[in-house]
Amino acid sequence: MTKKTIFAGFGGQGVLMMGYVLAVSAMRDGKNVTYLPSYGAEVRGGTANCTVVVSDEEIFSPVASSPEYAVIMNKPSLARYESMIKEGGVIVLNSSLIETNPSRTDLTVLRVPANDMAKELGSDRTINMIMLGAFVQQTGITTLDSIMNGLGEIVKGKKPAVMELNRKGLDKGAEFVLRGASQ
Amino acid sequence: MNDKMLMRGSHVIGEAAVRAGCRFYAGYPITPQNELTEYMAGAMARLEDGTFIQAESELAAVNMVIGAAMAGARAMTSSSSPGVSLKQEGISYLAAQELPAVIVNTMRGGPGLGNIAPSQGDYFQATRGGGHGDYRTIVLAPASGQELADITRKAFDYADTYRTPVMILGDGMIGQMMEPVVFPEPLDLKKLPPKPWILDGAKGRPSRIIRSLLLDVSVEEDQNWKLVRKYEQITREIPAAEKYLTDDARLVVVAYGTAARIAKGAIKRMRDIGLKVGLLRPITLWPFPNRILVEMSRWVRHFLVYEMSTGQMVEDVRLGLEGRSQVHFYGRPGGVVSTPEELSKVINTLYHRQNLQEE
Repeated sequence: MTKKTIFAGFGGQGVLMMGYVLAVSAMRDGKNVTYLPSYGAEVRGGTANCTVVVSDEEIFSPVASSPEYAVIMNKPSLARYESMIKEGGVIVLNSSLIETNPSRTDLTVLRVPANDMAKELGSDRTINMIMLGAFVQQTGITTLDSIMNGLGEIVKGKKPAVMELNRKGLDKGAEFVLRGASQ
Repeated sequence: MNDKMLMRGSHVIGEAAVRAGCRFYAGYPITPQNELTEYMAGAMARLEDGTFIQAESELAAVNMVIGAAMAGARAMTSSSSPGVSLKQEGISYLAAQELPAVIVNTMRGGPGLGNIAPSQGDYFQATRGGGHGDYRTIVLAPASGQELADITRKAFDYADTYRTPVMILGDGMIGQMMEPVVFPEPLDLKKLPPKPWILDGAKGRPSRIIRSLLLDVSVEEDQNWKLVRKYEQITREIPAAEKYLTDDARLVVVAYGTAARIAKGAIKRMRDIGLKVGLLRPITLWPFPNRILVEMSRWVRHFLVYEMSTGQMVEDVRLGLEGRSQVHFYGRPGGVVSTPEELSKVINTLYHRQNLQEE
């Protein structure tokens, strides 16, 4: 099984961090992974994206020409990546910033009001973790436990409060999906 | 610490270099390889005996490496295409003076200043010498994070063994991409073979001289033939390539580095629909793995060379085969990375045009 995910949004929204946490977590699960960030003359407020491939097999191309999954943080990214997603794929949208829906009808669309949910947690810095929590819960690409472990490894040495805040974000995102599923 | 780590390619080279005993790094910034310079700045500062210099130019950096190599250090410099052009004079001097050094080229789109996207346009420059004079440079082409770690170790060993500059030829994607890596244990510097030719002070012994100015033509000719004998030895000893699904292949794609990964993806697709396609991935670009190529030509009538350039390695494939099989080419220059889908269409067309399904 090979799953490709593209994470896209504004620079500063924590887009690269989301992909990095997923990649580290999946690696610790024993999977093969690649993480490819966009790089270029890009600045804060410009576009940022990264591609993460998770597989049980050897990964050939680290580029997602037709990813199964997309986590989209802003409107320009939706316009840019919608058409690339594989048929029947999953798209997780930050609905706080994206009012429109994808025009494609073959995709599973999960709308997560991540900015609003982050306000409830009292910190904008949890937006990306809310999205990641929702994404993992929706797709089952890895487990929330793995993500927590991966995150723990990455923020090791930072203030416990930082870890705690991120953990809350992940939980909140996952709960959002669970609640939706039970409704 | 032998845990699997998720690391960016440029950082992998840096860590592997330190573990291989590299204690001198000089460089000058250029995208997309700045992460290597950044890593070496931190790593050398943490070592008691490490030296990091952000030089005033690429020329200065490579000349500093010449000095460090003369003094016996395992030394490295790195840059990306336009910067590597500037280093060529120094690489020629390294080769002439038989000095070991590792040069990393993280290729980007060119010619000229070009762009910062992954490319393979520097194959000619890397494998044909690049600088002036009659010399060769060992060129290694990694295709994954783990291979970067392993090849960087080898690069330093080859450099010392053969007393010659070694180039690691990657590209923007190999440099930026993160993959899991397990590093080899750090080398004990004291256990490295002694270098009885370095300049470390002549107290109590006759002075040594390392120079490339040989005005007497017969002396220079001797030196050139000496280099040739060394290159022949290298050509016998180190050629390496990966073979993937070639045993029953009717068409073999030849590609290196990032292009080889794209090709593998395409080949997987072709195999899924029953086409007998394989991959030959040269790991050493100089010396080119001719023997493996020729061996394969016994059952492979068609080779398709895929490069992220307008066609450079394809010449080595033709030279290696000496007309034994047909050689086809597909390339995308300028920093364009093909998708496996795109390449599989090319392969599919060629396969059917040559009627290989009928054989």
